Amino acid sequence: MADSNESIWQVMQEKGYSRREFVQFCTFAATAAGLSSPAAAAVVEAFEKKQRPPVIWLHFQECTCCSESFIRASHPIVADVLLDALSLDYTETLQAASGHAAEKCLQDTLKTHVGKYILLVEGSVPIGADGVYCTIGGRTAEDILKEAAKGAAAVIAWGNCASYGCIQAAKPNPTNATPIHKLISNPVINVPGCPPIADVMVAVVTHILMFGRIPELDAQGRPKEFYGRRVHDTCYRRPYYDAGMFVEAFDDDKARKGYCLYKMGCRGPVTYNACSVTKWNGGTSYPIQSGHGCIGCSENGFWDNGPFYQHLPSFPGFGIESTADQIGTAVGIGAAVGVAAHAISTNLRKRQLIHEQPIEPTPTPEEGKVK
Amino acid sequence: MSQGKALSPTFRRQYVWELPVRFYHWVNGAAILVLGVTGFLIGRPMSLAYMPEASQQYWFGAVRFTHFMVAYIFLFNFLVRVYWGFVGNRFAAWNQFIPTNRKQFQEIIEVLRVDVLQTKLRGPISLGHNMLAGTTYFLTFWVFLFQALTGFGLYAPMSQGILGKLSAWIVPLMGGDMAARQWHHAGLWFYVVFTLIHVYLVFYHDYVEGRGTTSSMVGGWKFERDDAPKP
Repeated sequence: MADSNESIWQVMQEKGYSRREFVQFCTFAATAAGLSSPAAAAVVEAFEKKQRPPVIWLHFQECTCCSESFIRASHPIVADVLLDALSLDYTETLQAASGHAAEKCLQDTLKTHVGKYILLVEGSVPIGADGVYCTIGGRTAEDILKEAAKGAAAVIAWGNCASYGCIQAAKPNPTNATPIHKLISNPVINVPGCPPIADVMVAVVTHILMFGRIPELDAQGRPKEFYGRRVHDTCYRRPYYDAGMFVEAFDDDKARKGYCLYKMGCRGPVTYNACSVTKWNGGTSYPIQSGHGCIGCSENGFWDNGPFYQHLPSFPGFGIESTADQIGTAVGIGAAVGVAAHAISTNLRKRQLIHEQPIEPTPTPEEGKVK
Repeated sequence: MSQGKALSPTFRRQYVWELPVRFYHWVNGAAILVLGVTGFLIGRPMSLAYMPEASQQYWFGAVRFTHFMVAYIFLFNFLVRVYWGFVGNRFAAWNQFIPTNRKQFQEIIEVLRVDVLQTKLRGPISLGHNMLAGTTYFLTFWVFLFQALTGFGLYAPMSQGILGKLSAWIVPLMGGDMAARQWHHAGLWFYVVFTLIHVYLVFYHDYVEGRGTTSSMVGGWKFERDDAPKP
């Protein structure tokens, strides 16, 4: 564990980075957080002087795809610095220590840096059966999370698991997998996605390091700068949507021409993420660009909004493939049949009332004369 | 008809639906029709390419624009009607939609008996909305509100409008855009079923009772039997 009284620049020097690489890192970090070039100088200053905050990265019910994504950030130096030099005091998948030594490391950070460390959580927490479905070092995930969150300066929930529960929270959620913001009282920065975009993850961390505070969040606790717009809004296939030109099968001519994937169940119009702007793997591509619709992996409960290749989800309790339209049609036909039956019955049972004849008013003697 | 002559009803004329009520009804009906058709297309579009390039056509954009524009008309038309429920005549009043006293509940049961079991009428039935109809309309008002909230909530991310901002809270409450969209779409089918039954029952009452139920929404006049039981 590096000494936390040092600044990022000091740590980098110890690790053998040159001044040039440090400035390069600061510039990338500023860019990742969306700052303009004059602000880079302020970033350099901050990273030279500010004490680096220790970071604890906890892993619960997850597949580590968030970590995998993180280490593939398109500016390797940023992720490198964050992982290598910066401050990871505890993370099950990357730390050298193991067993009691690793757990001691966690305890030391929790005790000596109360109110200073940043807590990153990957994975949801199962609270069913007293939490036995996920235990580390003999303790339940819930227990560890609550202890670690107590003194955290900031808490980031990595991925859909920690933000919403992802696949393990999909119905029927056998382990009662719970997103972390429901278990702790700290404000949580949700960075959903399965996994989240690497550059978004890096940018969120650098934002906290640079400014010492959490970025602006929306109602669901997501950083507005990355989750403020729908994938659909910035999609390069959007013109096909407005024009009404849709792919109707994955192997049709329209798919070849790159029409909109709306009818193939693309979740772009209901998914808030930066995929179509930031893209993946260093800006190479993103699902829609590769010809497959978005599956909405950064949305709450996306596993239960299936099937992925249907525009409208199935209705719960009505069979797997039944959409609102099929149920609606059945109800509509039912109503029409009911109405027809009622009409027939009316003509039989209300015959007397229907055929009532108003009496012609009896002509008065005067009227009779006129006629 | 010999049995008819024995009853020989005569009717008196009564002005029931004021102009704003009739205006509301037909604007509302037209708006629901347009919203239903455009909404169904938005949920289930056809792939239509009549020009070589996307930049040359915009039909789906136009369909969506129509849906959003008519949604505004639908909502404000409805709000005017709610206002009229407090200043209009006694047939348009809010208490014709919310059963509050015993007599109103009795009328609901009576209408159900006469219409569904098709027995003979025993007591008086309101000349305006009968109480069962009024209560049903009150339920549709909640569906109107639900459709407006989910609709404007879904519209919020693409709009600067204040209605979008005011409704945005419902989307996370329902579990995200996907769920809000699904329930908003399901609402369409409520209107389909409602319209079917509504139009049928109007014809039915007119046919059986001869009180001018159908034409009353055009001219405003209804007819009451002179021998009708007094309330």
